[in-house]
Amino acid sequence: MIATQWIWLAVALPLAGFLVNGALALRRTPATRAVSIIGPGVLLGAFAVSLGVTLGLLQAPPHEPHIVRLWSWMPVGSLQIDLAFQVDQLSAVMLLVVTGVGSLIHLFSVGYMREDPGYARYFAYLNLFVVFMLVLVLGSNLPVLFIGWEGVGLCSYLLIGFWFTEKANADAGKKAFIMNRIGDFGVLVAMFLLWRELGTLEFARIADVAPEALTAGGAVVTAVTLFLFLGCTGKSAQIPLYTWLPDAMAGPTPVSALIHAATMVTAGVYLVARTNVLFAMAPLSSAVVAGVGAVTALFAATIALRQYDIKKVLAYSTVSQLGYMFVGVGSAAFTAGVFHLVTHAFFKALLFLGSGSVIHAMHHAYHATHSHEDAQDMRNMGGLRHHLPVTFWLMAIATLAIAGIPPLSGFFSKDEILASAFARGAEMPAYYVFYAFGVIAAFLTAFYMARLMVMTFLGENRTGTEERRHLHEAPWIMTGPLVVLGLLSVIGGVINLPTFVGGHHWLESWLEPVTAAGAAFAAVELPHGRTELFLVGGAVLVGAVGLILGYRATRARRIPPAREAPADTGLALVLNRKYYVDEIYDAVVVRPLVWLSRVVLWKGVDEGVVDGAAVNGSARLSRGLGWLGSRLQTGQVGVYVVLFLVGALWVLRAVIR
Amino acid sequence: MDGALAPLLGPALGLSAILFSLGVAGVLLRRNVIVLFVCIELMLNAVNLTFVALAQLHGASGQVMVFFVMTVAAAEAAVGLAIILAIFRHKQSVDLQNINLLRG
Repeated sequence: MIATQWIWLAVALPLAGFLVNGALALRRTPATRAVSIIGPGVLLGAFAVSLGVTLGLLQAPPHEPHIVRLWSWMPVGSLQIDLAFQVDQLSAVMLLVVTGVGSLIHLFSVGYMREDPGYARYFAYLNLFVVFMLVLVLGSNLPVLFIGWEGVGLCSYLLIGFWFTEKANADAGKKAFIMNRIGDFGVLVAMFLLWRELGTLEFARIADVAPEALTAGGAVVTAVTLFLFLGCTGKSAQIPLYTWLPDAMAGPTPVSALIHAATMVTAGVYLVARTNVLFAMAPLSSAVVAGVGAVTALFAATIALRQYDIKKVLAYSTVSQLGYMFVGVGSAAFTAGVFHLVTHAFFKALLFLGSGSVIHAMHHAYHATHSHEDAQDMRNMGGLRHHLPVTFWLMAIATLAIAGIPPLSGFFSKDEILASAFARGAEMPAYYVFYAFGVIAAFLTAFYMARLMVMTFLGENRTGTEERRHLHEAPWIMTGPLVVLGLLSVIGGVINLPTFVGGHHWLESWLEPVTAAGAAFAAVELPHGRTELFLVGGAVLVGAVGLILGYRATRARRIPPAREAPADTGLALVLNRKYYVDEIYDAVVVRPLVWLSRVVLWKGVDEGVVDGAAVNGSARLSRGLGWLGSRLQTGQVGVYVVLFLVGALWVLRAVIR
Repeated sequence: MDGALAPLLGPALGLSAILFSLGVAGVLLRRNVIVLFVCIELMLNAVNLTFVALAQLHGASGQVMVFFVMTVAAAEAAVGLAIILAIFRHKQSVDLQNINLLRG
């Protein structure tokens, strides 16, 4: 147990790791051993600090958050912004997820990235990411949160484009950064509005002041929350800004697990939970949040049905599961959203690291035979169960968890979200639709996960006869973290067991001090008795049927290897090409913007007005005036005398008058 | 003010105006630098005449001024003739039309 004042250590340790690893990355000789110790070491240290602080909170749960002020950052008149960390129940949960899952992924990376020439650089970026993520979840006011918010975006950009020598990877990084920038604009506007209306940006003060200063359901609070949610759609990859996340898979797989599944992309859910009082006061915004979440959950799940790249399936699955979390927080079930955030961090990190293990094996096999086949295409896999047994069983556990099969963690969290949405339906019928979307998405989730598992691990192997001999299980440094995550995926549900299995909703009561302000405006009364059992049974049934149908449908068909596969047609093609959303965005937004920039702004304004009229124009004007002046300089004394005389007479006339 | 108080004031100023105008006309119309120079001297002396004539009314300061003008005219003549000599050595001409190095 550690006093809360030492929480800065949890941020300082990864920061030190970033500085040291960054310095090592600049050296010519690779310092693999030092990096392997420092990179995960600082994270384990941060995890220890977080654990100590959380244990302290557990012993004496505070009603008011502990604020640790480090220094005054922006003292401008009545705007006093401190660089301060807020330690309370919600940030403790996030701390443990970020540092805990982060530590496991750092350990995995030691095995996965060891042979990469940019090993030290990789760990420097990864450490820096954790620094910013911790600032994000610890910030006691919106501007400090925003530092973290921007910082994780930067690290995301750096890590997506980690192998920047290929243009596609660098482009994916840029895309993620720009998409996030659109969302960040929303967060900024929300901050300005809050400052104008409330005069404070401290979360604790907002929870105190907002109920009196703002009218519930009024225009101001609705605008603030919608702008905040715009930021969330960027960071957490929701419609309409989700397209960057699947492309972000260009980065190393542990990065996808840490940043684009477990932690950074859940920042939006965290932000909504953190400002729950505002969202609770704005039922319209909450409905928008839940609606966008539900539509995204369903939309992304359908795309995942027809992807062949194993990481793309998981990427769309992440988008879909993030949609679930927003259905939760949009139904005023802030605990349910955070609960799913935690369990999702476990099983999705496990799935990504498992896919990393698979890709690692495939890559080595193809590397050994100098083949140029796609190591991530599931059509080239199959039958890997015999070669990677540990990975197979652990991913099977994660599949059951994400499909919502009891008693695994995903079952409890997903069930609670669906139940909350259903309960809200009594007040606003639209939530019944969101509930229905959620159920269909749950079915599709089970279906595409079964498809992924079958294509990857079951059936005949399609890698190639020569390559097959090189397939091997990953080293213990990679499987070890997988085992821990597998364990967490199984038992993760215990933190918030519902009453019908004898639990007490522990997470709910733990987060109560944080969500109390919001609960005063909108509380969900979860259904009990028959309705509850009916909902639970329905959810389990949907998941189980999805798994079985997915298994049967995929086993029934012969899957040709990628190079022999026929092209998709009809609906399958539309799904495989992601409903052509990227192409539509390109035609509607990107191309007009590029045209505007090139033709109007560059050729017109910059070259025409600025360069032509202003810069060259003024030069031409002064040259013309100078030419006129030089015409007076004839060199003939007579002319000068005449002019002089005329001038003298002129003056004389003025004097005599 | 009449002629009894200031004898010959009117004719003196009139002569001075005529001499000055002749000087100006000479500067404007002639091209020979030497003649030009003489014309400038003519203008200076026309002014001197005005000073002297008006000194009857305004005391001795006008006459003192004449000495200043004559001193400056002497200095000017020295410098001016030196320049003309230098130009002649350079150009073999004292015609102003040939001296237009400062044309813009």
